[in-house]
Amino acid sequence: MDVSINGSPIYFTIPVLGGIKITASLVNTWLVMAVLIALAWWLGRGLTVRNVSRKQVVAEYIVTTVQGFVDGNMGPKFSHFAPFIAGLFSLSALSSLISMVDLFSPTADLSTEVAWALLVFGMITFTKIRTSGVFGYLKGFTQPVPVLTPFNIISELATPVSMAFRHFGNIISGSVINTLVYAALALASHGLLSLLFGWLPGAVGEVVRAIPFLQVGIPAVLSVYFDLFSSFMQAFIFCMLTMLYIASAAEED
Amino acid sequence: MEQAIVLAGCAIGAGLALIAGIGPGIGEGYAVGKACEAIGRQPECRKDVTRTMLLGCAIAETTGIYGFVTGLLLIFVGPIYLLGFLG
Repeated sequence: MDVSINGSPIYFTIPVLGGIKITASLVNTWLVMAVLIALAWWLGRGLTVRNVSRKQVVAEYIVTTVQGFVDGNMGPKFSHFAPFIAGLFSLSALSSLISMVDLFSPTADLSTEVAWALLVFGMITFTKIRTSGVFGYLKGFTQPVPVLTPFNIISELATPVSMAFRHFGNIISGSVINTLVYAALALASHGLLSLLFGWLPGAVGEVVRAIPFLQVGIPAVLSVYFDLFSSFMQAFIFCMLTMLYIASAAEED
Repeated sequence: MEQAIVLAGCAIGAGLALIAGIGPGIGEGYAVGKACEAIGRQPECRKDVTRTMLLGCAIAETTGIYGFVTGLLLIFVGPIYLLGFLG
């Protein structure tokens, strides 16, 4: 019984700049992006004012929900953030959900989340500098007393690290537990079949005893939580934290 | 012998790192309990309470996730990296 838990497999390496590795998470991110672009194009096509089609109702519902969500959490000053938040949410959710069709989920690769978290960190810093100026931004690190400056810098850097690790840890823990459960169920069904069909001789017995019948259905129960719920939950939390951090960065103190 | 000590150390370290799961477990349980109380008292603000609770739980989970990532690193990366020192 071998259980293998691997990182993102490398498909091939482009031999420039010391070798750019094209990994499964990269290819699957492109796939997710293509699906989302196609969906957005299809939903936004042929919009009318009268005789609204069913498709347009769905598109309008999505747009108004996201707009209301962003306005409610960040205030009307930041309503231009809605497309970014919607894009981040759908990319994150679909990247995690792709593991349900047995593709390597890009969010099970720390690089993906670190890239998103660095993007958000850049936006937070940009908003802070725009709100209070470069000097005010640097002065904010010495608040409330200058002795706390190192701790303020650490807590500032902890923001992207914790955002990336939170998302990564939740998705990878689901995939690790699923792999272990699959292995355990294969072992259990082999043991059970050996008990029942131990009398079958030769190659037929080998084949019958190797059927992992317990793997059918039972992992789906776990998958509902780890794939379906966790995917949406982590995407929601990532977007929520992005909105809260950016909105709080814009507050004058 | 040294290799065995390195592997054992990594395994024990991974086990110890996952003790970090206790804190978020207690904290999240407490938060959910309080959220239930709040919903029981004011059922009409159930949506806001649930949303805030889930966000708080996600943030409380961070330390546990750090422990989990440390454990993963010790199991999958640590032995390769540390055995490289022994040659």
